[in-house]
Amino acid sequence: MTRQARLGLFAVSAAGFGTLLLWAVAGLPDFGHYHGVYGTTLNSVAVGERHATNVVAAVVFDYRGFDTLGEEFILFGSVIGVALLLRDVREEPHRPRDEMRSDAVRLVGLGFAGALLVLGLYVIAHGYLTPGGGFQGGVVIASAFALVYLAGAYRSYRRLTPFPAVDLAEGVGAGGYALIGVVSLLLGSAYLHNFGPLGTTGSLASAGSIPFLNVATAIEVSGAFVLIFTEFLEELAVTRVETGA
Amino acid sequence: MIPLQIAVILLVALGALATVLTRDIVRLALVSGFYALTLVVFFLVLQAPDVALSELVVGAIGFPMVIVVAIVRERGDE
Amino acid sequence: MSYLPYALAVWIFLVGLYGVVSSRNLVHLVVSLGVVQSSTYVLLLSIGYVDRGTAPIFKDVPEGTRAVDPVVQALTLTDIVVSVTVGALLLALSLQKQKRAGTTDPDQAGAMRG
Repeated sequence: MTRQARLGLFAVSAAGFGTLLLWAVAGLPDFGHYHGVYGTTLNSVAVGERHATNVVAAVVFDYRGFDTLGEEFILFGSVIGVALLLRDVREEPHRPRDEMRSDAVRLVGLGFAGALLVLGLYVIAHGYLTPGGGFQGGVVIASAFALVYLAGAYRSYRRLTPFPAVDLAEGVGAGGYALIGVVSLLLGSAYLHNFGPLGTTGSLASAGSIPFLNVATAIEVSGAFVLIFTEFLEELAVTRVETGA
Repeated sequence: MIPLQIAVILLVALGALATVLTRDIVRLALVSGFYALTLVVFFLVLQAPDVALSELVVGAIGFPMVIVVAIVRERGDE
Repeated sequence: MSYLPYALAVWIFLVGLYGVVSSRNLVHLVVSLGVVQSSTYVLLLSIGYVDRGTAPIFKDVPEGTRAVDPVVQALTLTDIVVSVTVGALLLALSLQKQKRAGTTDPDQAGAMRG
C-alpha cells in the first residue's frame, strides 16, 4: 500500500474512530465528580489498617500487590529481550576508551553521582510515607550510574556495572518479590497478604511487609535500568572502534 | 475547572503535537523531554505526586538515554 | 468544559497514531508510540480526580480530608516505568533492523526475516 493510500485511509478511519471515542467519553461522569466506591473507601481505611501514610504505595504494594508482581515480570521479560537482542551480535572484543572531556564536566558529574545515589536511597526508603517508592527511586539510582558514564569515565562505569552483578541484582529483585509473597502463604494467609508488625504510623518502621516489597522492587528496577543503559552504551563503544575513532 | 488546569491541558496538547511533527531526530530527543515535562506539570495539577515523580525520572533520564544511543548509532553507520 | 481532559486524551491518542502511521524513521515511530501510551495515563488520572481534593498522602494533612482516587494513580505509576522498558526493547529491535537493512525508513526496510 503506498504512502498516500495509507494516509488517506488513516484520515478517514481516524475521523470515524475519533467521533466514536468522543461520544464514548461524553458518557463518563463530569470531571471532578468521582463516583467510584473504592477510592473513597481506601482513603478512609488504608492509613488505619496498614499504618502507611502514602496510600498510593499501600495500594501498589499491598492491596493490588499482585498487579505489581505482573508489572515487575513485564519489566524482567523485556530487559531479557533487550539483552538477548544486543548481546549476541557483539562479536569482536573491544577496548573501552575514556573520552576526552573538560575537567569541569568530570568534576561536577562525579560529584553529583554520589548525591544522586543518596537521593535515590532516600526516595526508596521513604516510599510508603511520602511520595516516592521503589519504582521512582530505582530509576534515580540507575541514573546515578549513568551520570558516571556521562561525565566521561567509561572505564569506571564498566567497572561499576559488570554484567554478572547487574544480572544478579535484577534476578534477586524479581525473585525476591515473588518469594516474599510466599512467606505470607507460609504464615497462613493469602499470597502477598501483609504480614509483620505494623508499627507506628509515620515512622520508618511501619506498614508490615510493604518496606520489604519496596526494597525488592527498587533492586529490580535499578538493576533493569542499569542493564538497559549498559547494553545500549556498549553499542556505542563498538561503533567507535568500528569507525576507527 | 480552574484556569490553571485549562492552561496546562492546552500545553500538553501542544506538546503532543510538537513531538509528533518533529522529523529531525536530534530535535526529537529534546522535544520529547519537553513533552514529558508538560505531562509532569499536568499530573501535579491533578494532585498525583507519585505519578509525576515517575514520569519525571523516566522522561528526563530513562527515555532520553535510550533514544540518544539509538540516534548516535544510526548516524555513525551512515 | 468539564469534558476537556477526556477530549485531551482522545486528541493525544489520535495525534500519536498519526505519528505512527506517517513516520519515516523508526526512532520517531517508537517515540510516537510512547505518545499514544501517555494518552491512557491522562485518561486514567482524569477519571480519578475529585473536585478540590488533595493528594492521597496523609503525612501532614489530617485523615479524612477529601483526596483524589489512589487506585488509578497506582496503576499509572507502575505503567510509566514499564513502558520505558518496552520502548527500549523496540529501539533495540530497530537497531538490529538498521544493521541488517542499512536504513531506518519503515517504508523501505522490508519485513524482518528470522
